[in-house]
Amino acid sequence: MDTPKKNSRREFLTKFSVAALAGATLSPLFSKEQDTESDAVEVRNFTESIESLLGGDYTNIKLKMQDDVRRALKKPVDQRRWGMAIDLRKCVGCNACTVACISENALPPGVVYRPVIKEEIGTYPNVSKRNLPKPCMHCEEPPCTEVCPVGATYKRKDGIVVVDYETCIGCRYCMTACPYEHRMFDFGEKYGDGLPFPAKYDERPSFEYEKEWKRDKPEESPIGNVRKCTFCLHRLEEGLLPQCLTTCIAGANYFGDLNDPDSVIAKIVSRLNVTVLKKEMGTKPKVYYII
Amino acid sequence: MKKLFYVLWIIGLLLGGIGVFQRLTTGHLLAGYGSRVVWGLWVAMYIYFIGLSAGAFLLSSLVYVFRIKMFEKVGKLALVTALITLVCALLAIWFDLGHMWRAYEVITRPNLPSSMMAWMIWLYTAYFILLLAETFYAFKLENNNDSAQKEALSKKLRLLGSIGIPLAIAFHGGVGALFGVVSSNPMWHSALTPIFFLVGAIASGSALFTMIVAFFWEERNSAYFDEMMQLLAKIVLISVLFDLLLEWAELSIALWMGSPEHTFGYREMLFGEYWYVFWILHILLGVMVPVFLLATRKKPFAIGLASLLVVFTFIGVRLNIVIPGLVTEKIHGEATAYIHPRLSYHYFPSSMEWLVAIFIVSVGIGLFVIGNRYLKLTQPKHSLNS
Repeated sequence: MDTPKKNSRREFLTKFSVAALAGATLSPLFSKEQDTESDAVEVRNFTESIESLLGGDYTNIKLKMQDDVRRALKKPVDQRRWGMAIDLRKCVGCNACTVACISENALPPGVVYRPVIKEEIGTYPNVSKRNLPKPCMHCEEPPCTEVCPVGATYKRKDGIVVVDYETCIGCRYCMTACPYEHRMFDFGEKYGDGLPFPAKYDERPSFEYEKEWKRDKPEESPIGNVRKCTFCLHRLEEGLLPQCLTTCIAGANYFGDLNDPDSVIAKIVSRLNVTVLKKEMGTKPKVYYII
Repeated sequence: MKKLFYVLWIIGLLLGGIGVFQRLTTGHLLAGYGSRVVWGLWVAMYIYFIGLSAGAFLLSSLVYVFRIKMFEKVGKLALVTALITLVCALLAIWFDLGHMWRAYEVITRPNLPSSMMAWMIWLYTAYFILLLAETFYAFKLENNNDSAQKEALSKKLRLLGSIGIPLAIAFHGGVGALFGVVSSNPMWHSALTPIFFLVGAIASGSALFTMIVAFFWEERNSAYFDEMMQLLAKIVLISVLFDLLLEWAELSIALWMGSPEHTFGYREMLFGEYWYVFWILHILLGVMVPVFLLATRKKPFAIGLASLLVVFTFIGVRLNIVIPGLVTEKIHGEATAYIHPRLSYHYFPSSMEWLVAIFIVSVGIGLFVIGNRYLKLTQPKHSLNS
């Protein structure tokens, strides 16, 4: 494929230089065409770039990112800035991250931190499908924390937006303020509801925020609280990657310290084909999408 | 008639008690709202009652601040109405909290100045204290025969009322601003929202007050009563029409050229599943019929009936602020991304929500009946300057 392309480009360039010599008035037309072609090749050629990101002794990008996390942990908390990137070209929409997150955080029915929005584009036979995993954006300017009447939800020094379960009064104002509709209310539902006996897996505690949260009584936290993705803070603190990353079968997720120029994530987010959701809101999300 | 009323009231309280019991023992498990339509009937009731309170209070200021003679005899009735509806509002929002017993935190650790909800809570706490003080002095004034002391008391009332007017405007405008500041919600995020709340408060609050006077005032065959009814009817008529004008402004501006995503909530409100809440409950029964009655009829019964319609249908206006604002997907495809009843954009209040609502209304009616029996609110007594 490459050879004829290069040839055609060479031919094109020759023609172009002739044209440039022939008359300056014609040149804008040709130069425009040339730009489009070279951009298309460069931006889409991502596989090669990932390998260049690896470097050193790494054969697995996840191990490199885990080392990025561990390196960041050695710094004071206010110098870390956690961020995530999701490659939409690689995401296959398998929901492995959704399920892993539910399992990791022992989420009850109706609470999901990482749904995957699936969109069909076009009409048969010209159809494609776009999958968009949607964790908390951990905005640099989170609108949700501003509105909390008791200051129970706030942005940590490392940029992770958290909810203090023991303070949250469950007014749900933050849920209305989030432009990404990320936040979830824990109604106290159980998977075993309706069964003649309690289901064992409902008794599993959640270890969010490095504490043990059980769900025995109504209105005992986290029941009656607003809940959200924490970038698996409890795992991060132990030097582990968020659970959604480790289970992604396509390797579509990247994570690390945005403040560390050597980290995989910092190298990814500076690319041209990286964007965020609802940029116009000015919330400065720290979850980036590679498109 | 009275017996029937008491029987109905007790049934309401008992049924409501079942709802409260369910709410206290099972938390929010039986509620109809979810993580998409996060607020439901109780929040609508909260803004409804708090509007009634602010409206009734502003009416009382006509007596204690502007000293309009016409309303002298009904000043304390307006104050007590404001107090009772405020209690109902606080009950409604208290049941809505995920952690009811942490409600004190809004006082002990408010997130000021950034949270509009924290502002609102502090403002209505100040308003509550002021309302108690003003009611206390209003009764003291009435039971005092010494003219020097009376003068001092009415000065105090005037001062309290004068503080109360900006406070009532600030706190109810604050309730509107609570919705208005949510920039991610195109339906709420409008500079008109707080103003709409205030005008709605005056419309519904004055209608409630007019209804009470029309049906419960004891000295009915007097020129005073007739004259007062005519004036009240005018206040209700003008405020209902002004509210309609604001509604038109909001809807027409939003819908004229609005992008589909921005106007989804409005279109749901007008032509969606609950179209009848807007067209039948609000426009027909809450505006057209009352406006016709108020403009053409002079009898207290007709005025009372018109006011009753305005008061009862105004819950529809409040529901139409809360619910349609929440039924829009903020990111396209959200509705089908993860399927669970709690993640649905459909909302209808559950039986528990209705029962708790009945409880709150029954408590309000009960407080009014008891208050009226012991404080003789609907009986004329000495006026301020006699």
